[in-house]
This record gives sequence, C-alpha cells and structure tokens, in this order.
Amino acid sequence: MLSYILRRIVATLPVMAIVALFVFSLLYIAPGDPAVVIAGDQASPEDVERIRQSLGLDRPFLVQFGGWVWRILHGDLGTSIFTNLPVSAMIGQRLGPTLSLMIVTLLLTIVVAVPLGVVAAWKAGSLIDRVIMGFAVFGFSLPVFVVGYMLAYVFALELEWLPVQGYTPLSSGFWPWLENLILPAIALGCVYIALVARITRAAMLEVLQQDYIRTAKAKGLGQGGILFIHALKNAAVPIVTVIGIGIALLIGGAVVTESVFAIPGLGRLTIDAILRRDYPVIQGIVLLFSFVYVLVNLMIDVVYTLVDPRIRY
Amino acid sequence: MDRRTVLKGLAGAGSLALTGGLSAPAIAQGAAARTLRFVPQANLANFDPIWGTQYVVRNAAAMVWDTLYGIDSSFRPQRQMVESEEVTDDGTTWTFKLRPGLKFHDGEPVLSKDVVASLTRWSARDPMGLMIKALQQELTAVDDRTFKWVLKQPFPKLLYALGKNNSPCSFIMPERIAQTDPFKQISEYIGSGPLKFAKSEWVPGAKAVFEKFADYSPRQEKSSWLAGGKQVMVDRVEWVIMPDPATAAAALQNGEIDWWENPIADLVPVLKKNKNISVDIGDPLGNIGSFRMNFLYPPFNDVKARRAVLMALSQEDYMRAIVGDDNSLWKPLPGYFTPDTPLYTEVGGEILKGKRDLDAAKKLLAESGYSGQPVTCLVAQDQPITKAMGDVTADLLKKLGMNVDFVATDWGTVGSRRAQKTPPGQGGWNMFHTWHAGADCVNPAPYTAIRANGDKAWFGWPTSAATEKEVASWFEAKNTDEEKAAIGRLNKAAIDDVVYAPTGFFLSYTAWRKNVSGVAKGPLPFFWGVSKSA
Repeated sequence: MLSYILRRIVATLPVMAIVALFVFSLLYIAPGDPAVVIAGDQASPEDVERIRQSLGLDRPFLVQFGGWVWRILHGDLGTSIFTNLPVSAMIGQRLGPTLSLMIVTLLLTIVVAVPLGVVAAWKAGSLIDRVIMGFAVFGFSLPVFVVGYMLAYVFALELEWLPVQGYTPLSSGFWPWLENLILPAIALGCVYIALVARITRAAMLEVLQQDYIRTAKAKGLGQGGILFIHALKNAAVPIVTVIGIGIALLIGGAVVTESVFAIPGLGRLTIDAILRRDYPVIQGIVLLFSFVYVLVNLMIDVVYTLVDPRIRY
Repeated sequence: MDRRTVLKGLAGAGSLALTGGLSAPAIAQGAAARTLRFVPQANLANFDPIWGTQYVVRNAAAMVWDTLYGIDSSFRPQRQMVESEEVTDDGTTWTFKLRPGLKFHDGEPVLSKDVVASLTRWSARDPMGLMIKALQQELTAVDDRTFKWVLKQPFPKLLYALGKNNSPCSFIMPERIAQTDPFKQISEYIGSGPLKFAKSEWVPGAKAVFEKFADYSPRQEKSSWLAGGKQVMVDRVEWVIMPDPATAAAALQNGEIDWWENPIADLVPVLKKNKNISVDIGDPLGNIGSFRMNFLYPPFNDVKARRAVLMALSQEDYMRAIVGDDNSLWKPLPGYFTPDTPLYTEVGGEILKGKRDLDAAKKLLAESGYSGQPVTCLVAQDQPITKAMGDVTADLLKKLGMNVDFVATDWGTVGSRRAQKTPPGQGGWNMFHTWHAGADCVNPAPYTAIRANGDKAWFGWPTSAATEKEVASWFEAKNTDEEKAAIGRLNKAAIDDVVYAPTGFFLSYTAWRKNVSGVAKGPLPFFWGVSKSA
C-alpha cells in the first residue's frame, strides 16, 4: 500500500507540470494587463510600460515561464503583483476560512445526505422517498447565491439568530467560528446533499436486492442493523466516490458562497486575482487546487481499501 | 432569552469540550464602540498611494500619510504639515517651514529631507507634479524643518498641487521609503497621519485595520476635507471588504458594520426604511459619466460624426440607467466641469440641451461620410456603471443607423484594450465607457480626460488646439475671474470638438448606523471627526 501511495504521489508531478504549463500559457494569452490596473486611469502609456518592465511582464514567454518554474522548484510561489506579499502567505491567510467552510459543509452533507439516501432507498416508492427525492431535485436546482440570500434574510435579518457575513478563526472560540459558517455551509451544501442523497439511494437500492440482505432479514436482524451495518457498508464505494468528486463542486461553490457571505477564503482570493490579472496569485491557487484534487483522488482510492477489503493495490 | 442566546449557550458548552476551554475573548462594549467598521467602495489590494493610484488606495492613504497642504471644502489649499511659506516676488522660489513636533509612526521626527524625497517620488507620477518637475531648478532641504523649491518660472498652482485630493496626492513618507522607485511598490507603510496602518492584520481582499496614532498633533483649526484638525475619535478603523452589495446592506442592517461607503441605488430604499440607519449623499462632487470616441479612426476621426452622437444622446437615458428613478441622484451636464463648484460652466453646451434631434443627427452623420462600417464599442460588464451606459449607447448608435460591434468584456480587458492604437478591426476600438470622479473635474489641473493634445492625451487621443490653448490659459490665470473666463472658453472648445461625450452627472449615497456621528460629505470618506456610541 505504501509503495502504491508513493507511486501515486510521484505520478502527480507530471500532472502538476501540465497544469502549470496550461495555466501559465492561458494567462499569457488572456487579454488584460495588470500594469494597466496598477497604473490607474490617469496614467500615461509610458507609465504603464514602466510598470510592465518593473514587473517583468515585458520579458519573452519562455523567460517568464522558466523563471516561474525555477521559483516553484525552490518552493517559492512568487509575490503578488498588487499586494507585494508572498503568494504562499496570501494563500495561508485564506486557507483557514475555506478549509473550515469545506469541512463543515462536508460534515453537514454526510450527516444529512447519507441517512436521507438510506431512508429513501428503504422506503423506495413511498411518500417519504418522493419527499426526499423532491428535496434533492430542489437542492440541485437552486443556485447557491439564491439559497445564501434566502438564508441570510430569514436567519440573520429576520430572526437575528446568526450573523450575515464574516469569518472568525477557531482560535477565537468554537461558537464564534461555527456561527459564521452555519449559513454558508447550508447554502453550499444544498447541491452536495442532493447529489450524495441520490447516489446513496441508488447504491442502497442495488445492495438491498442482494441475497445476503434477504438472509439477514430471514435471520431476524433489526432494520437499522441491516441498513446501516450490512447494506450501507456494501454501498459505500460509489458514495465515497461521489463525496470525493463533490469536493470539486465545493471548491467551485466556495467561490460564490464566500462572496455572498463575505468569507475571506480562497474562492474570493481567486476571483479578485482574476479580475485584477494578478498572475502569480492565480497560478499559485490553481496549482494548489490541482494538487488538492489529485490528493483527494488518492485519498478516495485509499478509503476504497478500507470499505471494501477485496480492493488491494 | 432568544434562540440565538440558547444556541450560543449550547455551542459554548460544546466548545469547552472540543477546544479545551478555548473561547472568544470578551469584548467590552466600550471597546466595540471605539472600533469603527467600514465597508469601502473597493478592495484595498495594494497600499502605495504613489505606485497605485486607485481611489480606494488614496482614501486609505489619507489616514496614514499627511500632506503639506490640504484642500478644504472651498477648494482652497490650507496649510497642513506646513507652518509657513514664503515666495519671492518673481514667484520662482518657494521656502517652506514644517510645523514643529511632527512625527512618523515609527517615532522618528518628520524632517525636510523626508519631504524632499517624497515630493521627488510624487512628482515623477502625478500630472501636476510632472509639470512642476519640468520647471524645477532645485528642491533642497535647508535645515531639518525648512526646504526650498526653486523653479525656472512661476507655477501659480503650486500650493494647490501640494494639497489636492486627486490621486496621487503628495503624501509625505520617511526618506528611506520615499527613495523607492516610483514605479515600484513600497513595502513599509509608515506615515505621519492621524492613523497607523496595522500591516500584520492586513488581509488584502478582506480586511485592513488602522489604529489611532497617539503622537499625532492635529492642527487647531476645524477640519474641512483634507485641511484642518484631524481629530480621530475612535481607537480603530476596520475596513471590511464586501464584494456583494446585498451582503453589505444586510450587514449594515444587522449592526455588523457601522458605515457603508457606497451603497448601490437599488438597495438604498431598503436602508432608508431602517430606523437605525442614516442615508445621505456621500460625495457632493459626484461623478461624470462619459464615453470616449477614438479620434484616430473613422467614423470618429471626423468631428461631424462625434457631434452627431452628441446631438442624439439623451443624458437622462444614461442617468436613469445608472441611478434609477431617484431624481436627487443625477443632473444633466451640458459641459465638462463638476456642477456646484466654483468654475462650473455651461458655455457652449447647447448641443447637449433640449429635445434630442435624431433626424438632424442622422443627417450630420451622413455628412461625415459614415458608410456602415462596424463601430467597436467596448463595454465592461463587471462595472454596473459602464454596463448601464454601454447598453444605452448601443441603443443610441443603432437608432442613428450605426453598425455596432458590441464588445462585452471585463474592466481589466477594457483597461488594456483601450490603450491599443491599432485599427478597431485589429485589436483597437472606436468607443469605450468610463466615468470620472467629480473631484477630478473641478478644474483642468487633475483633469486628464479633458486634455486634447493628440498622442499625449488620454485614450481616444483627442486633438483640439483650442482646448489645449484654454487649458494653458487656466494654468496661467492670476485670479478667479481669469480662471472662470478661461474655463468658459475651454468648455466651449472641448464641446465643439467633442473631446469626449459627457453622459451626465450622478451622485451616490453613503449609509451609516445612527450610533455613528460626524460623517462628513466630501470627495473621500474622512475618518477624523467620526465617533461611535455603544
């Protein structure tokens, strides 16, 4: 197993290299110029050109790319064109809020979606099943920002139970941390809950037709034991897979959620960097996200071996 | 006991279990009242007011760095860091003396050498600074508190240049920082202004914190814009960046922020209904909407085509697209200068007044030789103001019978594409939309957009010898009457040649919680004089 994990980690390097080249090339040919944004409206073309030179943006593509790769190989993601801060420090500032949002959303999803899917499969064709699947369709259909605004209006403005916006680090206390994340996590989790609930239901329906479930029933095992110990464990592979894939959804959704709830996370940093053409920051974030994707896929493969002993690498 | 208290109690118990008793520090009511939470118009992405000239940077910088002079609400430069000045009879040699006891935030005294280095850096970037630099013979420190500026010929607007609020302002920095190349960004944010920048708390895109500078010695005069005594009444000013206006509106209603600089017009009615919120015009100098036409290529290289567009455009259409139905937020503008300011004029503005004559405009356009070639119109969709104006322009051009190539893009792309002098079909353009802060349009000094010196002019590269002549007349004017006369002629010349198309004058609101007092109207948010009760 260890050698498999090492092989997989080594295999990420060419993937990351291709992502790096792709992102760098894309930004190079994309319209827009950070020097223009920096110089401001009143600047002369000469001023803009001098800023471009000072930022090294006037150098040939290969020189810029080579310099960037060299820095990456030395563990340096570069410096933001705008803030003059190291990209790694900027990502570090923003990692906490995004990780917190994703963890709370992930926990919320698993706690809500898996039981919903199990119950829907158990009561397949019943009113309960239809209500749960109706909710799933609803969750899929509503854009994150609409859910976000609705939640903020009801729970923050009208009921005054929770804050509208912001983020408090965990070091300031569990409740201050959590109260800022509840509404964003529900907003972001809606689609995710719907997806996982539907997949759980489908996987469970298949497993519940198996002979060993019939045997378990014949032996007089309780319904809860059959569903959550025997059936769910055997349905776990597709559920784990979709939870993993869903992390990609979470990263995309975090961009919108963080804007709606003014959470200073990586999603907002990405948008700000793209709008300003802050190339080093965009490149750093994309590299980080692609690394996370690769890592999540690796974790999913490892988890397969835990939920299904037949899988060996 | 309400639901939130119960939730807090439950979660508090949970937190004890999960974090070993780690909990939030109690913030006393008094401390909360001494922190002013402010939502600025935009993100503070960099903090060098000379290198980056965005207004949001200028607004933050005005807290941290002081200026030698400050423009007051009457547009007059008043002494700020300067105690006294002398000028020789021929107007070429200025000697300035600094106020005693001025200190930087690192505890070092403000010395003449700091001023010399700061003015040198500023004058390499600022349009007025560049004009002064071209006349400069020497700028030297005479002693610790005295410095001298010797010019080859008089520059009557020198004090105005040193006190103006247009970006970049001539902020004074320590010599070691001011010696940074003006085209490179500083990394130390040490000023001598009334508030210090808390760099360690800066999260670009999310938060910026400013703390009261205990050693600041304000002037004794009443504060007025950038002039007078800058008395800070709170301990901390926290800038909270909120990209989403709906979130900012909700946060203000919920008491999570105290002051929102720039609420969008759509949300103002909701804020006005809230009994805990005050809403008023923030900046009485407002903004001037504009679109610029490229003088280098047909059809707008012909003044008849430009005048045809001006003749047909309805400023009311543009303004309603930007501000909606609130009539107190806009005015027609038959000219180029900010309404309700001393030099405002409508001389020569008849073409923009009265009923729009589409038929006459079409006829004039035909006389220009326009034959249906595409008109490349750049419209930034991520800026509500340019998007609204772009939609109106597209409709206007179509009504005129023009073939519109509507390029819907983002501001970053417009910013770089508008600098292209290539033909419209080869990466260039015919029109783009923007707007100008009214503070920049009170006179020609900071007004880059009014200049019409061809290749050296702003994007669109207008050429109008008559306009340029009158700009020079204003700079040479020796009194207000001469200035007003020059501005009248300038306005007429610029409209005759259609240096750009003004789409109207519009204002915006600012909103704050009623426990905040002292919010002053002006071209930027002033944090001195603002207090907050619990």
